[in-house]
Amino acid sequence: MGSELHIDDDTRPASPSRRGFLVGAGAAAGVFSFGFSFPMAGKALAQQAGTPDINGWVVIQPDDTVIIRIARIEMGQGSLTGLAQLVAEELECDWDKVRFELVKPGENRRRDNLWRDQSTGGSRAIRGSQEYVRMGGAAARSMLVQAAAQGWGVPLEQCTVAKGIVTHKASGRSTTYGAVAQRAATLAPPKEVKLKNPKDWTIAGQPVKRIDTLDKLNGSLVYGTDFKMDGMLVAVPKASPVHGGKLKSFDAKAVEGMRGVKHVLRVDDETVAVVADTFWRAKTALDALPIEWDDGPNATVSSDTIAAKLREGLTAETNFVGNRAGDARAVLAKASRVIEADYSYPYQNHAPMEVLSATVRWTPERCDMWGPTQVPEQALEALATAAGLSREACEVHTMRIGGSFGRRLMVDYVTMATRIAKQVPNTPVKMMWTREEDMVQGRFHPVTQCRLRASLDAEGNVEALHMRISGQSIMAYMRPSIMTANGDPVTFQGLMPGGGEMAIGYSFPNVLIDHAMHNPHVRPGAWRGVNLNQNALYLECFVDELAHAAGVEPLAFRRKLMAKHPKHLAVLEAAAKGISWETSKPPEGVHRGLAQIMGFGSYVAAAAEVSVTGGKLKIHRIVAATNCGHVLNPQQIDAQISGSFVYGLSAMLHGECTVKDGRIEQENFDTYTVMRLDEMPQVEVITVPSGGFWGGVGEPTIAVAAPAVLNAIFAATGKRIRNMPLKNIDLGST
Amino acid sequence: MPKLNINGKVVEVDVEDDTPLLWVIRDHVGLTGTKYGCGVAQCGACTIHIDGVATRSCALPLNAVTEEQKIVTIEGLGADKPHPVQQVWAELDVAQCGFCQVGMIMATASLLAQNPTPSEDDIRAEITNICRCGTYGRVLAGVKLASERMASNKG
Repeated sequence: MGSELHIDDDTRPASPSRRGFLVGAGAAAGVFSFGFSFPMAGKALAQQAGTPDINGWVVIQPDDTVIIRIARIEMGQGSLTGLAQLVAEELECDWDKVRFELVKPGENRRRDNLWRDQSTGGSRAIRGSQEYVRMGGAAARSMLVQAAAQGWGVPLEQCTVAKGIVTHKASGRSTTYGAVAQRAATLAPPKEVKLKNPKDWTIAGQPVKRIDTLDKLNGSLVYGTDFKMDGMLVAVPKASPVHGGKLKSFDAKAVEGMRGVKHVLRVDDETVAVVADTFWRAKTALDALPIEWDDGPNATVSSDTIAAKLREGLTAETNFVGNRAGDARAVLAKASRVIEADYSYPYQNHAPMEVLSATVRWTPERCDMWGPTQVPEQALEALATAAGLSREACEVHTMRIGGSFGRRLMVDYVTMATRIAKQVPNTPVKMMWTREEDMVQGRFHPVTQCRLRASLDAEGNVEALHMRISGQSIMAYMRPSIMTANGDPVTFQGLMPGGGEMAIGYSFPNVLIDHAMHNPHVRPGAWRGVNLNQNALYLECFVDELAHAAGVEPLAFRRKLMAKHPKHLAVLEAAAKGISWETSKPPEGVHRGLAQIMGFGSYVAAAAEVSVTGGKLKIHRIVAATNCGHVLNPQQIDAQISGSFVYGLSAMLHGECTVKDGRIEQENFDTYTVMRLDEMPQVEVITVPSGGFWGGVGEPTIAVAAPAVLNAIFAATGKRIRNMPLKNIDLGST
Repeated sequence: MPKLNINGKVVEVDVEDDTPLLWVIRDHVGLTGTKYGCGVAQCGACTIHIDGVATRSCALPLNAVTEEQKIVTIEGLGADKPHPVQQVWAELDVAQCGFCQVGMIMATASLLAQNPTPSEDDIRAEITNICRCGTYGRVLAGVKLASERMASNKG
């Protein structure tokens, strides 16, 4: 998006330049340049509030309240508070006075993409925007101090600022940000700013509490599903239970007389919706609605038929290689000792606590959506397309989300809600899914299998490893435009050679990691952790298998392979040390396991302690080590990592969506069971401080949860669990 | 018309009497702090108190509740001043997305009213609400701390 796009006249800048700021050559030295003009566009938003903004990030009200605008989406991961910390740090304001406001994608367009990318996924909310967000805070500080200096007629350099109070020591005067904000808003922004050295941080880096909590504790936070407008109707949709099947017919007459029912609508080729005055009445009518489906060619697909196809992929020809060194096939063909194992990982549903929803009001001139999305720009695009209106005539009013985990990276439900609302013009319609619809129409963690073969020499060293993944591509469905000639570029997360944010932590003399793609009709999606989850499970469990085959203790075995990967090894050592791997034995009956991986820019490892008594598993304790570079908020990192183990262990223990007659069988939490408090282990989080880079936090540690525990289960039982979830496995038998 | 005693007020609701209480509270009384998570009494996001007892309102029809029974929702729990459980939840920054936390808080407040000093095993057995963000560690700490606070406040 750039300056060629339409801009409202009243938001045109005085300056001829519409450029956002650019990171200049001085960036390495901590000095950041803003192109030749800071955008002055779009005062409209702030004028509405009666207070002009200093720049896109900062509004200071006369009472010194600091409003920080947040462009990325908050769905529980805490980045809202982290981003506010970054702005506040450079702004030198009083943290206790900080409030927040969410940015809308249409506003972002009108202000020439001032807030840049709003999409929130891949553990990128902070690491992907931290630099220009800090620059926003620093620029606002500069303008506020300048405004104070001008007011006093003193040189800028003689003024200091702390906690939102500007002081001119020589004359003994001081003033507050609130008092000078009006003037500051009229000033030209600085051409460059100097960012603070992280070692001087006082707000960033601190374990401050979230700033978006209190309304979550008293029920006053309006989530998308709580949203209300005057005259609003509620739509409850149902799509073909077999993905890709068609809606053949429905008998609207059968339910039209039911209380509250207003419309029964064909939404698209595969979806029907009942629109009523309340959710329950719409749902009741939908349940009573006679519907005929055309299941299409996938009506006979089952988990077994999918598994059989994936098994073929374990030996199929493929060109799609993620990591190759030496000639693993040739070495394996001649090897005297080959270890081989097949693993699998089932479909998972995101199952956020808040079901999908979107409230849309369509008129022939304008269309608005109030609701959750992780990708505001794409949601706006989907809204405008389905509305048949220009993007300028549409807006997405973003909200905090009741969990998402990747599900709302897709905008299918935005399109659906808009198509419904368009059939009920001039009326706000809240489309809200049932939990059953949310479960069946998920965008599932892809299903994969993996065959691992490795040869060991007489001393127990790995000579060669071939890791063949057979399975579904997420991007082939979700983002076909980024597919390469050979396959899906996100397939090999955590397994790639060298560099990047998803690098393998082992050096094998001969290695081949490749992928055979088979895409069942069940629609996949990016599920918190994406492909790192199963890749780490396959690799880390198999390395454990090799260690035992070699007769070498698993930490020592890994050290040898990790000599050239010091950052990977450092977190593994930290986790091992945290659980006293080499210094003390676990309590009687308790056994330990290890795992490590790199993903989303961070190095992570886990050590688990478990016991298995009478076939019953108890996970006592997890020690998790993370090197995410800069540590922005230690207590939020702790919360994310602790929570990530719940997500990962829930999938390992319970998570499985199965397919029968082409349909996902699990429709609610009674059959798609998830982890609860009774199974929660103690999780101890160690951050390995390093600075120097920005890694993600929300996702990486999920991937080490399952392999660390599975390796501990092996230590406890001698049993290798290679197919998830554990609920299907009898740990008592041998 | 059916009547309900909610948060100390009697309200009349013009709604079919087999409607689950959750939807009566959300759509007819207009209190949306009580959440829909599953509709089958699995997740606990819809937890309210009926005569002080934590109850999952999504699977309880309106006609199973009498006007005499006192219903308290999250909006009524800390209406005068925040309930100690809410205070502790803020102090420990328990919530992530927050969607399940109203139910967690209601379940915890009820547990502590009936069992002021629950053991860790009691807490693990009694608080069965689902949280997908995975706040269980802080929920556990929160229940323990709230228990201590409430005991010392009484003492």
